[in-house]
Amino acid sequence: MDVVIGQLLTGMSTGSILLLAALGLSLVFGQMGVINMAHGEFIMAGSYTAFVTQQVLGTAGVSLPVALVTGFAVGGLLGVALEATLIRRLYHRPLDTLLVTFGVGMVLQQLARDVFGAPAVNVTAPQWLVGGVELFGTVVPKTRVFILVLATLCVLALTAVLRYTAMGRRIRAVVGNRDLAETAGISSRRTDLTTFFIGSGLAGVAGVALTLIGSTSPTTGQSYVIDAFLVVVAGGLGQLKGAVIAAFALGSLQSFFEYSTTASLAKVGVFLVIVIFLQLRPQGLFSLKTRSLA
Amino acid sequence: MKLSSAVRTAAAAIALSLVLASCGSRAGDPSAAGATSCVDTSGDEIKVGSLNSLSGTMAISEVTVRDSIKLAVKEINADGGVLGMRLRIVAEDGASEPTVFAEKAGKLIRDDCVAAVFGGWTSASRKAMLPVFEDNNALLYYPVQYEGLESSENIFYSGATTNQQIVPALDYLRERGVKSLFLLGSDYVFPRTANEVIKAYAKANGIEIKGEEYTPLGSTDFSTIGNKIRKADADAVFNTLNGDSNVAFFREYSNVGLSAKDMPVMSVSIAEEEIGGIGVKNIEGQLVSWNYYQTLDSADNSAFVAAFKEEYGAKRVTSDAMEAAYTSVYLWKASAEKAKSFDVDDVRKAAAGVSFDAPEGTVTIDGENNHISKTARIGEIRSDGLIYTVWESDGPIKPDPYLKSYDWAEGLAR
Amino acid sequence: MTTFRSAVTTAHAWGSPSRWRALAGFALAAAMLFGLAPAVLSEFRLNLLAKFLCYAIVAVGIGLAWGRGGMLTLGQGVFFGLGAYLMAMHLKLADAELRDGPGSVPVFLQIAGFTEVPGWWAPLASPVVTLLAILVLPALVAVLLGLVIFKRRVKGAYFAILSQALAAAFAILLVGQQSVGGSNGLSSFHSFFGFALNDPVNMRMLFFIAAGTLLAVVLFAWQLTRSRYGELLVAVRDQEERVRFLGYDPANIKVAAYAVAAAFAGIAGALFVPVVGIVSPADVGVLPSIAFLIGVAIGGRETLLGPVIGAIAVAWAQTTLSEQFPSMWTYAQGLLFIAVVGFLPGGLASIVAVLKRRSGTVTKPGVRHATAPEEATA
Repeated sequence: MDVVIGQLLTGMSTGSILLLAALGLSLVFGQMGVINMAHGEFIMAGSYTAFVTQQVLGTAGVSLPVALVTGFAVGGLLGVALEATLIRRLYHRPLDTLLVTFGVGMVLQQLARDVFGAPAVNVTAPQWLVGGVELFGTVVPKTRVFILVLATLCVLALTAVLRYTAMGRRIRAVVGNRDLAETAGISSRRTDLTTFFIGSGLAGVAGVALTLIGSTSPTTGQSYVIDAFLVVVAGGLGQLKGAVIAAFALGSLQSFFEYSTTASLAKVGVFLVIVIFLQLRPQGLFSLKTRSLA
Repeated sequence: MKLSSAVRTAAAAIALSLVLASCGSRAGDPSAAGATSCVDTSGDEIKVGSLNSLSGTMAISEVTVRDSIKLAVKEINADGGVLGMRLRIVAEDGASEPTVFAEKAGKLIRDDCVAAVFGGWTSASRKAMLPVFEDNNALLYYPVQYEGLESSENIFYSGATTNQQIVPALDYLRERGVKSLFLLGSDYVFPRTANEVIKAYAKANGIEIKGEEYTPLGSTDFSTIGNKIRKADADAVFNTLNGDSNVAFFREYSNVGLSAKDMPVMSVSIAEEEIGGIGVKNIEGQLVSWNYYQTLDSADNSAFVAAFKEEYGAKRVTSDAMEAAYTSVYLWKASAEKAKSFDVDDVRKAAAGVSFDAPEGTVTIDGENNHISKTARIGEIRSDGLIYTVWESDGPIKPDPYLKSYDWAEGLAR
Repeated sequence: MTTFRSAVTTAHAWGSPSRWRALAGFALAAAMLFGLAPAVLSEFRLNLLAKFLCYAIVAVGIGLAWGRGGMLTLGQGVFFGLGAYLMAMHLKLADAELRDGPGSVPVFLQIAGFTEVPGWWAPLASPVVTLLAILVLPALVAVLLGLVIFKRRVKGAYFAILSQALAAAFAILLVGQQSVGGSNGLSSFHSFFGFALNDPVNMRMLFFIAAGTLLAVVLFAWQLTRSRYGELLVAVRDQEERVRFLGYDPANIKVAAYAVAAAFAGIAGALFVPVVGIVSPADVGVLPSIAFLIGVAIGGRETLLGPVIGAIAVAWAQTTLSEQFPSMWTYAQGLLFIAVVGFLPGGLASIVAVLKRRSGTVTKPGVRHATAPEEATA
């Protein structure tokens, strides 16, 4: 029983990390069908923002909240730059976007290597996040609890924005039917830019948060991005709840597999489960019903 | 049917190419000797190769090795060169890919005609280069600790083999009264082989193995493994994780309330450069096992550290592999001078017994297996981010890559 | 969302008048590979070219699946790896047999603690079984995977991500298998079907085999694209639903192309092993799989010879550039992806057409396939 609860907690934690990494991706993919392979490097940019913020401000206690904001801005601006220069030219070629953004990711990664050096840098966790909390006989690091809370807040905030603000309504309108939204006077250009800003900003936030548990190096993003993609694929297009459920399901699956077998086999096992799952639901957990043929 | 004609044309093309291809010697034919060396000794300059990953994931570590090779060559040239010839480095990028290492090794030997090559890091890169050096009868100096169970006439191993790093670490833990171990490693050849050795040792010495876990290279999620380690409650953890995984592991470790006091972690892949990224706070007090630390107190080491910082900046640190690479260049120099020749066969024959007063102390090439004798040292990571010796072996340990001299290793493959 | 397909390169690549031009190009390529290259290149460079030819063989398959079939395969490393490991396992067994007699265990397996060859790869001691397995197994895996994926109409980005995750999973799985060398992979081969691998004459023979195989593969792909099947494949790429209405099952058409691409990759992997002397998980994962795509994109994904020339050019550029500027190559690789895929989707093959269009000497070819509903999955 202990083990089950312990692994459930671990699964929640892993799931929240996956969710944080996948949230922005899911938004962008949902609205524009664009697979942004540079998403991992946006996460990495967020991590380095946390590093730089800490170097400037010194104390970890202050720098973390500041970094969450600057990380969002840095990620968002990178996203806007990418959208405005490259992706807008490619909306009709989603597969090519995937390759182009992969190229962008390579360049960003090498850039980080040249600017910050290849070895990992250290971002110190604030004092109030050091140590763990004991829950049902399992010690969960406070940093992981923090990430769980942060992920939840991000989902709530995003939901609120999408549901209650004018901007959110525009975004949903464009997701639902781009042409009709245009006809109704919504600038899909501006909406796309906004979506990209938010989505990439969330990657930046994820990057800041992940410095608490992982390493900050040029390859930081790589280690999360494939898993994040799998979350989006399993979660389905255009709906946040799909991504949320998929992230926690995959997280738990991974942690239980890992407990009963090995970490390597767990990775392979999770992949197999996704392939099988897509057999049952090829469009993912949820998919937006649109009026398009096909 | 068009497809069948496609198959026919394809088959014809293959047949044609087979006819065109004239066949050489059969395998096992003694006349199938490798190419002869093309080293050019006519001028006042001799070329040596430096083959390290300057790009890709391994660049982190290998760039530092390249730096110390350059330093050694610079010093040697300032001191009059080798046999009166100046050294010129031909630097190549292994790009963190074994196949590229094999390709570039071929280029260095056959196109650049270098007298010796220094470099390589991962076992995969060494395994990829080994046949190239053997087939061309060339020399490779490999500077990194590795899993042992290998020796080649064409490779000189200046890093530690298992009996100079893993076994002393176990001896030390046993002396400290450790009765049970948890084994944790990245999923690749070195940790798996090291753990085979550890298990055989543990069996013979009454140490209980409470768990054995491997994570994929680059893995950053250690929550499940943290749980397993806590539950196992071993006296110590033997850590063979590689690279960035160490950062995530040590953070998780200290955050779930484990520390060096109640369950020390003995690591064999964390050196001075990695400590910064992990964060000193998360790893302070933990143990490592190497042959060299920057803090070693000797005139040779002080000179080496000073020269390195002078060349590359005061912020840089020196570590085991860098020292071994630096030493390997001097070992090649000493061997060539003893042979009075740059010829590969002469250098190889002269190498046995050649010794050098390295920063880590005096090392000697073992003629039997081309490894070198090294002093083993257990180090503790302190708050300044450097490693300090807390235990060292009585003098240099004779290299034994196949662990032939250890009774408990009987069951291990030889 | 809408799908536009640039028709820039499709027209001249397999239209009927180009048949003789294609044959002429083919003859020229053959002359260069069999005549010029061995005459001017050093032994070492020739061996390097042989390695590039292996990449080119993979590229032909990707051109078929991606350029013609619209399936972005980000996981060709899996099939490349299958072929390579099959060949490597055979070579290891053959080496052991040559040294210690039939049925003996390769040294690296003894070191990993095996007292006998694992049953599942013992059959590879036979050269015939090995060659058959190399031809059949990658294609078979592709057929099974393809059926599973395409029958459920998983496509577009979903397929791309799945194939990428497959490559990642395959590499992780291989690393954990000590019976195939773990992360070190398999290396140190001494003989190739009885021929000593350290003999330059035999290495030259390997080059000719690689060149011949490449020509054969190109010929095969050429015939395929000129056939009715080739037309159907392009039709499925551009208008899957219409093909379905015509009474064909698009899944079967896609599976066939995917399988052929897989078979090509497997053959290339098998040749790669004796040429390069090692195969390890580093050759099969996500990054090498994507690297296969660059050459194809640059050369022109929809053409026949474009991928071949692109793959060789990129590999050559990587070798030469990285000799001078190691870290520059990563930038170059990234920028190539951005520039070619983003701004010149037809690859260099289309550059003439694009320039002509810009200068207005020919009328802009109409967009052949007007807006179609984008089908992400269903």
